[in-house]
Amino acid sequence: MLQPLHNGGAPTGMSPDWPMGFLHTYGPRADPVTGLAWGLSIISIAVVVIVTVLVLTGVLRRAGRGEVAALRPVRGEGGMQWIYIGLALTLVALLGSLVWTVTVLAEVDSPASKPALTIQVTGHQWWWEATYSGDDPSRAFTTANEIHIPVGQPVMVKLTGADVIHSFWIPTLTGKTDAIPGRTNVAWLQADQPGVYRGQCTEYCGQQHAHMAMYVIADPPAAFQAWAAQQRQPAAQPAAPQQVMGEQVFVQQCGACHTVRGTPAGGVVGPDLTHLMSRRTIGAGLLPNTVGALSGWIENPQAMKPGVLMPPTKVAPVQLAALRAYLETLR
Amino acid sequence: MTAWEDSRVPETADLTQDVRDRLKEIWEEKPGLLGWISSVDHKEIGKRYIVTAFALLIVGGIEALIMRLQLAGPERRLLSPEAYDQLFTMHGVTMIFLYASPVLSGFSNYLWPLLLGSRDMAFPRLNALSYWIYLAAAVFLYAGFVVGHGPDDGWFNYVPYASREYNPAFNIDIYALGLILLGISTTVGSANFVVTFLRTRCPGMSINRVPILTWGTLTASVGNILAVPSVSLAFFLLWMDRQFGTHFYDANQGQPLLWQHLFWMFGHPWVYVVVLPAMGMVSDGLPTFCRRPLVGYTPVALATVTTMALGFGVWVHHMFATGLPNLALSFFSGASIAIVIPSAVAVFAWTATIWTGRPRITTPFLFFAGMIVLFVIGGVSGFMTASAPLDWQLTDTYFVVAHLHYVLIGINVFPVVGGLYYWFPKFTGRMLDERLGKWNFWTMFVGFNVAFLPMHLLGVMGMPRRVYTYPQGMGWTATNVVVSLGAVLFAIGVLLLLINVAVSLKRGRIAGDNPWGAPTLEWATTSPPPPYNFAVIPSVASRHPLWEDALGESTARSRIDHGLLLDRGRETIATSPLDAEPNLILEMPADTPAPFLLAVGLTGIFAGAAGHWWWLSGAGGALLVLALLMWFWPRRMHADEPEAEPAHV
Ligand code: HEC
Ligand SMILES: [Cu+2]
Repeated sequence: MLQPLHNGGAPTGMSPDWPMGFLHTYGPRADPVTGLAWGLSIISIAVVVIVTVLVLTGVLRRAGRGEVAALRPVRGEGGMQWIYIGLALTLVALLGSLVWTVTVLAEVDSPASKPALTIQVTGHQWWWEATYSGDDPSRAFTTANEIHIPVGQPVMVKLTGADVIHSFWIPTLTGKTDAIPGRTNVAWLQADQPGVYRGQCTEYCGQQHAHMAMYVIADPPAAFQAWAAQQRQPAAQPAAPQQVMGEQVFVQQCGACHTVRGTPAGGVVGPDLTHLMSRRTIGAGLLPNTVGALSGWIENPQAMKPGVLMPPTKVAPVQLAALRAYLETLR
Repeated sequence: MTAWEDSRVPETADLTQDVRDRLKEIWEEKPGLLGWISSVDHKEIGKRYIVTAFALLIVGGIEALIMRLQLAGPERRLLSPEAYDQLFTMHGVTMIFLYASPVLSGFSNYLWPLLLGSRDMAFPRLNALSYWIYLAAAVFLYAGFVVGHGPDDGWFNYVPYASREYNPAFNIDIYALGLILLGISTTVGSANFVVTFLRTRCPGMSINRVPILTWGTLTASVGNILAVPSVSLAFFLLWMDRQFGTHFYDANQGQPLLWQHLFWMFGHPWVYVVVLPAMGMVSDGLPTFCRRPLVGYTPVALATVTTMALGFGVWVHHMFATGLPNLALSFFSGASIAIVIPSAVAVFAWTATIWTGRPRITTPFLFFAGMIVLFVIGGVSGFMTASAPLDWQLTDTYFVVAHLHYVLIGINVFPVVGGLYYWFPKFTGRMLDERLGKWNFWTMFVGFNVAFLPMHLLGVMGMPRRVYTYPQGMGWTATNVVVSLGAVLFAIGVLLLLINVAVSLKRGRIAGDNPWGAPTLEWATTSPPPPYNFAVIPSVASRHPLWEDALGESTARSRIDHGLLLDRGRETIATSPLDAEPNLILEMPADTPAPFLLAVGLTGIFAGAAGHWWWLSGAGGALLVLALLMWFWPRRMHADEPEAEPAHV
């Protein structure tokens, strides 16, 4: 079930070399923009080439050697045509680009069909909280850093910032929308192919802005429903004595910041860990969710993500082992 | 006959050694440290601006190189995130505020009176004040950084991250107060340029005859006067929020986006402040080396002003991702795209000047011509980000980093270095070395493009900006290595410039008055110019006073060796704003330490506010009052000319 970290799960055709590149996109929110990107790039490159050639030929054509001052200045004729012709061509290109821009704006403004669901995404220093609420509040659940969506269906994303401003960006699915404290911005996205799409925070938000990634995972509708149903469950009761001890340590040491539904741990400072083990990565895309990485993280997250808002855990080795055993039950 | 506004009617005279000797005595700076501090000579102040700005350019460049070392590979740990954040913030602050605009102020300060045929700026003491405050603000802004608490929220300093909750140290307070301090310097300097432009051009230099550089600086100055209050207010409110618990930017009771609006209402016009004068240098310099006047003087002058005017209506393109309605996005996209039009005028005017002229490939010419290409690259990438939906992908990636460096280095640093090669002979009397100059150009040009062209690609590959590191597997590593190598090459180019300056200062070829056979007035006086610039006030009959015989556009001739004689004290001529008809003798102030003392006092007030050392603010305030008294103390009129009108301020 667990796919490798970066692009093993990438949709077919997605450049495995550039998971964050946006010259190839996978949904109707991004595709028209990609066309525009190619179009404006081609115009731009053409302009640069033309002017460079003009300057070069202009210089080489009549360049002379010798003292500047010795050459008698002349009045020079015919220069104004350059400005007239140049401006005329420029205006055509600009007008075309503007019309194209406005058309694309209208095209990607809202999805063609009714959105399948709405996800509330909140940017935190330095991770993403995602709440799936739906119509029935009792069926709501929260997860972090990995957003599952059904393939081929538009999904609304409501964005806000919990502390400072962040920006939500999944290059292959949608451009940026800022997540601003005290404000709700709306974006939408749709993935036309199943796969894993990487995203990253793009508004500078402090020390670990560089490590604030997220993944959008597009599943076939049935698989998506299964995932959602599983996420809705509270955490399973630990069975083994070590795990039970681990749960106690967790509630004491971690409960102030983390929630595990079905236990007294109800903190909201850090990510909801109810189904921690169902995620591919920890630390907002920083590390693969392996046993080794996880235990390293718990012991001293500061070593892996300097400045992170989670303190090192100072407990006896037995307790640490128990904690680890408990976390592994959070499937 | 012109109407003289209640001052004596000056005589005209020929330029003689006798006049020169008398003027030298009147205008020369006193020796010693006090003389140095007291100087109000625009050339002295101009040089200080240029030297200080270049020193800061080097500091900012070193910061950039350290960052490029960190980014040369994925997940490198050379710098802690905290150190990196302070570095990228100080790099931006330094380059944008402490280098890019001040260096142009330096050139304009030095050149304006020479270009305009005057003896000084309209308000020489304000000029000195503006320099000293700039220097003080630079020291102030670096004070936190050197003790390890530099601002760390980027030069754009977005709230809420800049609020006390997330940045409790005094770093942001220093940035806020330092920028308000710098804003005073900028405003004072700008007011001086505007009045100088309107009032102290030499007789005959009607406004359709001034060099384009003066159009650039004038436009930039008007822009400053309108834009700086916005950023000063923004930072003042931030300081109030941080220190006195107001809620202007608070997410609950205030509005974080207010900061962005205030900041970019200033920030975007500021971009034109730091490029228009530099574009003016190119417009004035290229024709000298193409041996013909600039193609399209009037359209280029109008384009300069238009750019700035449009520049005030596009700030929202920095905020396309903040969740705006489609109508606003379309409008600001359109306005931003429209800015291409005046820029295109300039590009085609320069290209046409090259094509229809007979270019001589000298080092300044290479920098000016190279700039055209860099300008176009920076222009088209700006045009791409002007398209709102595309900007949603491009913004906050390395594409924008590439864009802004093509603008700031391409359109500011390249013309400035070209301008240095061009005017160095005027500043010092010696030429910079041409051979080394060519090496200098090619290293900088190639290094720059190797460093910054691939950044466009990094942006398209999705690398966000302002990250202290990046993960493996994103496909960014190889390109980052290339970028870092390019940065080193570019730095070597800048080093060659420094070497050239150091060597040529002592051993450069003696320049003579007009080594390039250039057309404008600054080349009519000696190199370096005497303290009074022109012994008799020149009168001008065309745009190219020194090319009139060659061009033969009309029979009228400018006069350099015969003109108004002003030798009864520090005097210069005031003329009417449009047609430059002389109508008043301005009595110029003597050298005085008052501007220096005023700047020190003001800095005391700000430093006290930053540290809550109110006694220091009090002492600074007292010094400021003293300096003002000194400044405004009535000057004794010349007993024999009671009718001379003293210029106030
Ligand atoms: C002071 C609050 C705080 C405490 C106490 C705390 N954490 Fe965290 N934790 C956080 C924050 C904040 C994050 C998000 C860090 C990031 O990615 O930037 C986090 C992240 C995590 C993650 C990664 C989650 C993910 O999906 O990326 C795990 C696992 C974790 N914490 C486990 C623990 C455990 C186990 C404890 C108790 C020993 C604990 N935390 C104590 C605040 C806390
Ligand atoms: Cu963020």
